[in-house]
Amino acid sequence: MSLDVSASAVSEAEILAGVAPRVATVRRVVQEAYETYTYWLTLDDPVVRRAYRFEPGQINMFGVVGVGEIPISVSSDPARPMRLAHTIRATGRVTNVIKGLRPGDRVTLRGPFGRPWPVSAARGGNLLVVAGGLGLAPARPAIYRAIRDRGAFRRVIVLVGARGPEHMLFRHELDAWAQWLRFRGIETHLTVDIADDTWPYGEGVVTTLFPRASIDPRVTTVFTCGPEIMMRFAVRDLLGLGVPARRIWLSIERNMHCGVKLCGHCQLGPYFVCADGPIFRYDEIGELMGVAEL
Amino acid sequence: MRFLDEEGFGRLMALLAARGYVVIGPTVRDGAIVLDRIDGAKDLPRGIREAQGPGAYRLEATGDHQLFAWSHGPDSAKRFLFPPREVLSTATRLEGELRVDPAPLPEVRYAFVGLRSCDLHAIEVQDRVFAIADPAYRKRREESFYVGVNCGHPGGTCFCDSMGTGPRCAAGFDLALTELGGGFTVEPGTARGEELLSELGSREATGAEAAAAAAVTDGARERMGRRLETDDLPGLLYRNREHPRWDQVASRCLTCTNCTMVCPTCFCNDVVDGISLDGTEATRTREWASCFSEEFSHMAPGDVRKSARSRYRQWLTHKFASWIDQFGTSGCVGCGRCITWCPVGIDVTEEIAAIRVTDGEVAVAEEVVA
Repeated sequence: MSLDVSASAVSEAEILAGVAPRVATVRRVVQEAYETYTYWLTLDDPVVRRAYRFEPGQINMFGVVGVGEIPISVSSDPARPMRLAHTIRATGRVTNVIKGLRPGDRVTLRGPFGRPWPVSAARGGNLLVVAGGLGLAPARPAIYRAIRDRGAFRRVIVLVGARGPEHMLFRHELDAWAQWLRFRGIETHLTVDIADDTWPYGEGVVTTLFPRASIDPRVTTVFTCGPEIMMRFAVRDLLGLGVPARRIWLSIERNMHCGVKLCGHCQLGPYFVCADGPIFRYDEIGELMGVAEL
Repeated sequence: MRFLDEEGFGRLMALLAARGYVVIGPTVRDGAIVLDRIDGAKDLPRGIREAQGPGAYRLEATGDHQLFAWSHGPDSAKRFLFPPREVLSTATRLEGELRVDPAPLPEVRYAFVGLRSCDLHAIEVQDRVFAIADPAYRKRREESFYVGVNCGHPGGTCFCDSMGTGPRCAAGFDLALTELGGGFTVEPGTARGEELLSELGSREATGAEAAAAAAVTDGARERMGRRLETDDLPGLLYRNREHPRWDQVASRCLTCTNCTMVCPTCFCNDVVDGISLDGTEATRTREWASCFSEEFSHMAPGDVRKSARSRYRQWLTHKFASWIDQFGTSGCVGCGRCITWCPVGIDVTEEIAAIRVTDGEVAVAEEVVA
């Protein structure tokens, strides 16, 4: 009996690439913020390593053998896919084991999964990235792509908020962007909820940066990623400024076990976040985001 | 249409076993009709019928010799095609080298005997979930043989007629039987079924036998224990996410997960890692999971569905509405197992009907909708 599975939009090759775990080696571990580290990996198999590509915002299933897998977006530059960064805060059973990884340790990767940030949708206009806390990690590949292709956009604006200076990811890189990349047309504004004496940037939630960014709603495409409550307020203010719902893109987080729409954990209404997301357009999910415990 | 006498039916089971199939059929165990490996017609539930209702299941003697005078117990083919626990990969660590191997593809070939039309449909529903991404499922599915039995004895919780999935086997079988006194009418559904049938020594069914076979399922249609109005179920459930009925059902639901375990289409699963005591070998295992458990929606910032209300709403809405968006088919085949095996007898047809008669009872404040 041959099966009719034409209902699925995912090709078999894509799925097999994600179903089989690949062994990878930890090359470098960098502390980014409180309890948060970036793990730089290379895939062990040279053929797989050279063939691996990812798009900004896509997810890998990051596995520690004998412990488990977690879904984590790639936080490094998509133009350099041979070295893959995953930025992870230790909060649970698996992530606390990951925290103990050292260079030379072996892990598994499956992926990449999901719908990426549509960087090209912002071409010709302004790209506005609004990131909160750990949400900067999934957004960073999109920023790298915009920096490499700066001439394709009128303005590139990066707004980042965090709870405090010790929670701000990629601090050295953000300092460099704020000081030097503004000469190349990358406008970076940072803020923390509660500042200390050493903090040279703004104080307040990330939406307080909106006036400083002088957003032109007619030509702006927004990528926002962070805690759901932060994104909700960011979207509310952006809609208030006149940015159309169809030009606001969000990254949604859900529990995931498979990455290929068969474990059921990541459902949000009709969507599987692992494949239909994690990046959604606000007009696709705004109504669903408003429903408690959906 | 052919006719096979009882001895011929015995020959069918023997021939399937002779061809290397592991024959899976209904048999009585622990006071229920379950699916298990059977050695012949002697293992089938002869002279037994079921009494099913919300939260109720009993076996009773019929006093005759019928083999299929019942609808179905808690088991479906799901337990074999998508096993409750399955190793996905193993990893070994030797001299510092880590090796990950996918589990070998299964070698077993099943022959399912006695599946009802609802359960044949359920297999096709699960195909849409697993057939592409799960090579082990696909191999088991493609290599199995399916003998359907048209249903003449719907249970008190059955509503396949409403879901368009029975009681007559319409697709997904190699052979479909209808039990009459003293034998079976047989219809092949595939070339493979036709070839097997040609070796069984059947004869052409008489006009009276064909009419009697049609009467079996026609009568079953009349005796459905439940009915469900299916008109625009997605619209109904999507616009009633804040309906008070969800709170009402949550006050009864124990979130025990029974409904999802007996459902022949529920596919949700966990991936769990285990490790050997000496730390050199690890296995990654897939296990059935349920959206009724709180940890199902666990994330670092907190669980998404903390309340029983939200979990019941997720299950019912997925089954009857979002499943259609995701897979192009309803997730419900109307078998009624979730009603029978619910320890407090929650009835999906009753819950949906209750929402339908008070459609839109709680309107979400319009100014809040973005």
